[in-house]
Amino acid sequence: MAGPSTDPRGAGAAAGTQVPKRRGTEAALLAFSVLITVVAQCIVDLTVTGSLSSELATFSAWIAGLWVVAHLVVRRLAPYADPLLLPAVALLVGLGLAVIHRLDLAGQQGEHVSREDAPVQLLWATLGVVLFVAILALVRDHRLLARYAYTLALVGLALLAMPAVLPGSISEVNGAKIWIRLAGFSIQPGEFAKICLIVFFAAYLVDKRDVLALASRKVAGIELPRGRDLGPVLMAWGISILVLVFERDLGSSLLLFGIFVVMLYVATERASWLLIGVVLFSGGSVIAYQIFAHVRERVDTWLDPFGHYPNGGGYQLVQSLFGLGTGGLFGAGLGGGRPDQVPVAKSDFIASAVGEELGLFGLVAVIVVYLILVERGLRTSLIVRDAFGKLLAAGLAFAMAWQVFVVLGGVTGLLPLTGLTTPFLAYGGSSLVANFALVALLVRMSDAARRPAAPHPAPVPQLGEAPTEVVQP
Amino acid sequence: MNAPLRRVAISVLVLFTLLIVNVNYIQVVRSDELRNNAGNTRVLAEEYDRERGSIVVGGDPIAVSVPTNDRLTYLRKYPQGDLYAGITGYYSLVYGNTGLERSENDVLAGSDPRLFVRRLADLFTGRDPAGGDVVLTLDPAVQKAAMAGIAGKTGAVVALDPSTGAVLGMASTPSFDPNQLSSHEPAKIRAYSAQLDKADPDPRNNQAIGERYPPGSVFKVIVSAAALKAGYTPQSMLKAPNQLDLPGSTATLKNFAGESCNGGADQSLIDALTVSCNTAFAQLGMDLGEDKVRAMAEAFGMDGQSMDIPLRVTGSSVGGIDGKAALAQTSIGQRDVVMTPMQAAMVAAAVANDGRLMKPYLVDQVRAPDLTVIDRTKPKEFSTPISADIANQLTTMMMSVVENGSGKAARIPGVQVAGKTGTAQIGKGIPDHNWFIGFAPADHPKIAVAVFIKNGGGTGGGVAAPIAHDVLQAYLNGHGG
Repeated sequence: MAGPSTDPRGAGAAAGTQVPKRRGTEAALLAFSVLITVVAQCIVDLTVTGSLSSELATFSAWIAGLWVVAHLVVRRLAPYADPLLLPAVALLVGLGLAVIHRLDLAGQQGEHVSREDAPVQLLWATLGVVLFVAILALVRDHRLLARYAYTLALVGLALLAMPAVLPGSISEVNGAKIWIRLAGFSIQPGEFAKICLIVFFAAYLVDKRDVLALASRKVAGIELPRGRDLGPVLMAWGISILVLVFERDLGSSLLLFGIFVVMLYVATERASWLLIGVVLFSGGSVIAYQIFAHVRERVDTWLDPFGHYPNGGGYQLVQSLFGLGTGGLFGAGLGGGRPDQVPVAKSDFIASAVGEELGLFGLVAVIVVYLILVERGLRTSLIVRDAFGKLLAAGLAFAMAWQVFVVLGGVTGLLPLTGLTTPFLAYGGSSLVANFALVALLVRMSDAARRPAAPHPAPVPQLGEAPTEVVQP
Repeated sequence: MNAPLRRVAISVLVLFTLLIVNVNYIQVVRSDELRNNAGNTRVLAEEYDRERGSIVVGGDPIAVSVPTNDRLTYLRKYPQGDLYAGITGYYSLVYGNTGLERSENDVLAGSDPRLFVRRLADLFTGRDPAGGDVVLTLDPAVQKAAMAGIAGKTGAVVALDPSTGAVLGMASTPSFDPNQLSSHEPAKIRAYSAQLDKADPDPRNNQAIGERYPPGSVFKVIVSAAALKAGYTPQSMLKAPNQLDLPGSTATLKNFAGESCNGGADQSLIDALTVSCNTAFAQLGMDLGEDKVRAMAEAFGMDGQSMDIPLRVTGSSVGGIDGKAALAQTSIGQRDVVMTPMQAAMVAAAVANDGRLMKPYLVDQVRAPDLTVIDRTKPKEFSTPISADIANQLTTMMMSVVENGSGKAARIPGVQVAGKTGTAQIGKGIPDHNWFIGFAPADHPKIAVAVFIKNGGGTGGGVAAPIAHDVLQAYLNGHGG
């Protein structure tokens, strides 16, 4: 079949600046995600109640509409964006909706009729898409974000600190002070703080990376930074500790510190920062274990879940393990298991519901979809042309990876439980909407990365006027 | 920045690989273990939607599922409360199931292959699937007499049909109320469980099959069997000193309460068994040698192996015999010899059945929900420890125990009873364990029994034999004894 000049890349290069936009791929993959979403809903209905729910048509139209809108907006505002990001998100959201719907039905069979959470989650997803569209529309060039770095830092810190300052009646749920509950709504401002802080980290590190990359002393073959340059990392460490102390939120604490250290490493290319990070983390962990009963309990439960079952803190984890084990290779099928036996299955433990009903294959598929999302984000970071974009994309992608690792590791007993949410899959408005914002930024940057370079790029002021690094993909 | 970025990308890959490996470990390697964990109520909760089969004794259900109005469709009830608790076990939301509820679960839940055709039919006819019934070999009169005899004590009674191995009675005290562990209220279940946790011993332990104790003089039946097999006769004369110096140690072995067997003179084997002479049997054991004693004990089933009837019976064993002194003590059922009451009953049953030991079993029939019998247990021989000849000689010797010796309390007017008492010493200041094994009628045995009272404090003849009497009598009354 190979004709003399059928290589599309060769032809494209000859034609000038033809880069495939890949929007067709995105549309096809999105259609596939919608199909899986609708089929999953049908299976849940048929297995649990024996008939399709009357709202199925509305639901299907709504969910399809959401992704059509998102796709059209990407087509218009970010035509070169990575075609895998949005379909991966759509698949996770759709699967999450099916599992939440399934748990709703299980709840209705109980003595007390519980609230239906799936429609609420659909509303949150809609809000997420709105925010996604708004970010693509407002942030036409991600480099503009660097201008607002310090503002975003303040906003981020304020969001982070808010639950700690508010009275416990508003902010405390199950021991963790990470909520703002007002008029029937509850949001976790920490989810948004995370993104604000990542933008700030990126801008700040681009600005300061030359200084932070300086090494002065060599100890045992490792080049260590100067004492005065330890400031930022100590600051991040301190804030993480404060989150742990005042909000009793092990997960966010771990998340923020991990993201900062990795971004610092990427910015400076110095492995010694990782080492310092690990030392600080270990120190913090040991101290936290000694001082905080709730941390100690988490760790002890993790080490011996069955020893704390059924009357101790191990109940959740053991139930989760039972669910996963009972699910086995193929799972009980959507609607066929008992995932409602795991407390808070809709939010923290949704992965164990997936593992129980869709089996090992389903759970691994979900992990792989996350992996695709993260690796596409990191790939964007690799090929985007400016240093700020690189760091921002790396930070956002790593944040997603780190969060998925910590929360799934917790649910499957690999790590102590932390109480982080499972992005896109779990019930929870703040997490869902915030992660839509995160993906919007990745889409924006992937568009910039793959877009053919304009002949004369307008100079964009950088924080502290640091030189822009141009890296070829 | 691309070099560290690539490293980050690889690290992420490694982290996710860890996740996937761990999930594989849980969902594949540990899958069965987690699924069958007693605390995993998933499979159980699914079963609650199905009408579970009954466990039946003498035509009446002793475990039955009744419909309820709450979230779980069926509630498990045990109409006889604690009478059969050690056998049925419980069926708990919180703690999973135990006893026959566990070992016969496939039948009761309806998933047993023997019910396959029936299940297939349910599928086509739209009938609600139901589990099969398990009909037990137990005799209600025997069970009640046994429980009444050991009520208020820690102990066990096992009664067997010697010709088949069918378990006629199996009682254990202290007992518990399985209804309270099988309710649909987890808080109450936990509270009751906590209450049981505090009791000593735990009432959930079945003393008849799950615990082992030194058998004391009951073991002399086995030593007698070994001697008869080695060419002794009941009339063979044994040395029966008032006290025996144990070789290789400064200790001496005395008779019960320091008594004399025959004024220190030699004594026949039958008389030594009748009065349960310690010094005579200790000397006899040493004369026979460890191999013969051990071989005979193992032939009776004391080889340390557990057995399923289908409840798990802990293995009984003679222990390690280290030297002549140890052999002397072993021969009178002390030292490291340990026996379950079930094993003791098996010894009696083997002698009663002309030396053929039948494998004990609890389940007589498996019935489909429409009461058609789909399976019936066929009696199986477990071993033949002794010949019919030796069995007859032993029977004569054991009749002498009940007629003239330590087991007089087991005598039943008009019925010949054979038996052997046991009083096992545990230590200074701790009350002795009391045993009795026996069978009746001696010429044509219908029932063999073992009675065990933990720390009964009296003698086997004084404490255990009267209970055996009641149990034997209860069965023979109903079976033309």
